[in-house]
Amino acid sequence: MLNLRQITKVFCRGTVDEITALDKIDLDVNAEDYIAVIGSNGAGKTTLLNIIAGVYPPENGGQIIVNDRDIGGLSEYKRAHYVGRVYQDPHIGTAAKMSVEENMAMALLRGQSRGLRAASNKQRRDLFRAALVPLGLGLEDRLTTLVGTLSGGQRQALALVMTTLSKPALLLLDEHVATLDPRTAQVVLDLTEMLVKREKMTTIMVTHNMELALRHGNRLIMMHKGRIVVDMNQEQKANLTINDLVVAFERASGEEFVDDSVLLPNG
Amino acid sequence: MSYILPFSLYEGLVFGFVAIGVYLTFRVLGFPDLTVDGSFTLGAAVAAVLIVKGVNPFLATLAALGAGLGAGLATSLLNTKLRIPALLAGILVMIALYSVNLRIMGGANVSLLREITIFSLTSQLLGLDTRIAYQLVVAGVLAVIVFFILNWFLRTEIGLALRATGDNEQMVRGFGVNTDMTTILGVSISNGLIALGGAVVAQGQGFADVNIGIGMIVMGLASVIIGEALFRPKGVARLLLAALGGTFIYRLVISVALRLGMAPGDLKLITAILVIIALAVPYLQKKVQHEWLPPAARW
Repeated sequence: MLNLRQITKVFCRGTVDEITALDKIDLDVNAEDYIAVIGSNGAGKTTLLNIIAGVYPPENGGQIIVNDRDIGGLSEYKRAHYVGRVYQDPHIGTAAKMSVEENMAMALLRGQSRGLRAASNKQRRDLFRAALVPLGLGLEDRLTTLVGTLSGGQRQALALVMTTLSKPALLLLDEHVATLDPRTAQVVLDLTEMLVKREKMTTIMVTHNMELALRHGNRLIMMHKGRIVVDMNQEQKANLTINDLVVAFERASGEEFVDDSVLLPNG
Repeated sequence: MSYILPFSLYEGLVFGFVAIGVYLTFRVLGFPDLTVDGSFTLGAAVAAVLIVKGVNPFLATLAALGAGLGAGLATSLLNTKLRIPALLAGILVMIALYSVNLRIMGGANVSLLREITIFSLTSQLLGLDTRIAYQLVVAGVLAVIVFFILNWFLRTEIGLALRATGDNEQMVRGFGVNTDMTTILGVSISNGLIALGGAVVAQGQGFADVNIGIGMIVMGLASVIIGEALFRPKGVARLLLAALGGTFIYRLVISVALRLGMAPGDLKLITAILVIIALAVPYLQKKVQHEWLPPAARW
């Protein structure tokens, strides 16, 4: 479904700060995969998502193929046709000065041409309400509320609903529950699980949280210094514990595991 | 004093186009566009020259609007395609337009006395001979047209994308909108409206002058700020009306002050002070309440 070939990304090339954020990554994502990506800070997780979403291009020679089509040359807004993304910061995923309804009207037309029709109508409003009901936050009755007045958790739940509203082929989740309190995080995670299953979306979820990576998804990838060092399928990760992950990481990366931030229970 | 109110109403409507243009860039798009002084004069120059050449004044006014769209296009292309900061892009085009406007007019000013303007044409057609009456009719009809078109446009799918661009550009790109295009569209429409204002003002006062647009950006900002403070608008329609209302109040206050003996030359200083106060008060209020505010943007 998604094939990455020889993806390399170098930042600050030619300076003392030169860093290879991604180092010749090859990755084949199957349709309906739900991949959890873990790794310490600077491992290249977010860079990987940025490359797939088209925020910046990979170095020459890298290919990003979605459904047999190379989308590497498409700019970010054109790639929105294939790729939906939920960010760590709820502020990025929603527009504060617009109402819930206007936000969802924006989201509904992902990757489609926008014209001079009214952005919202009765039919679309019904659709928005139906999409908001499963959240259990009562947002379906607050379509005219400005999003800026919602809490961070509400905004993130809304961002997830907005991103999945138009059913992108590929869903990218960038530590999307990291800034939420444990209860709200659970609500958003349950919703993610439900939406991914229902819409059969291929999903890549970046997280710092090993426990979360073990519980969710059918595949687990661990990154280190711009490379994929562990790639486990459902059977391999089924009986894994966090400790096993740490051991696997140490073996794969060939160095002792020092960054305890990946072990933090929430994040 | 009796004509001050209707006269301010007229001025509120024609300069209201400038306020709506400024509102579109500064508030809707978050694009601090300083092209205004140049595009206002451009509108006045294009309309005046075409009218003197014998073109139908309504067509000449439409052409002025088109020229303004072009000025906005230039500024927004500098910003989106060459990545020049918005403020600088606007200043560059504004300065360039000064020369362009002199070229268009072939001198520092063009007189429209005894020429057929949208005002004289309307007065003939409707048989109105009170100056303020036909002035109000022309300005009112134009303002209503602009209001309805914008109020419709900003609610369409494209209009929504344009508003969202100013609110959260990253999100909007993520939903498949070419934010360069929405920026270009918004800045162009804004300057088109401002040039339309220039064209109407020149015809109303009977001449176009190369300095007619000086301080127009600050006047537009003042009007928008007054409108927001007085009417606390929510929703597209009310925001547009607040821009018009704010301009009316601003022109009314200025007219009264002039009548009370304020030197016309002091007008721009007072307007600038008004805008400074309006921008500073929210910050000072928060400071007194020990709330944290980020440092001012430098671009």
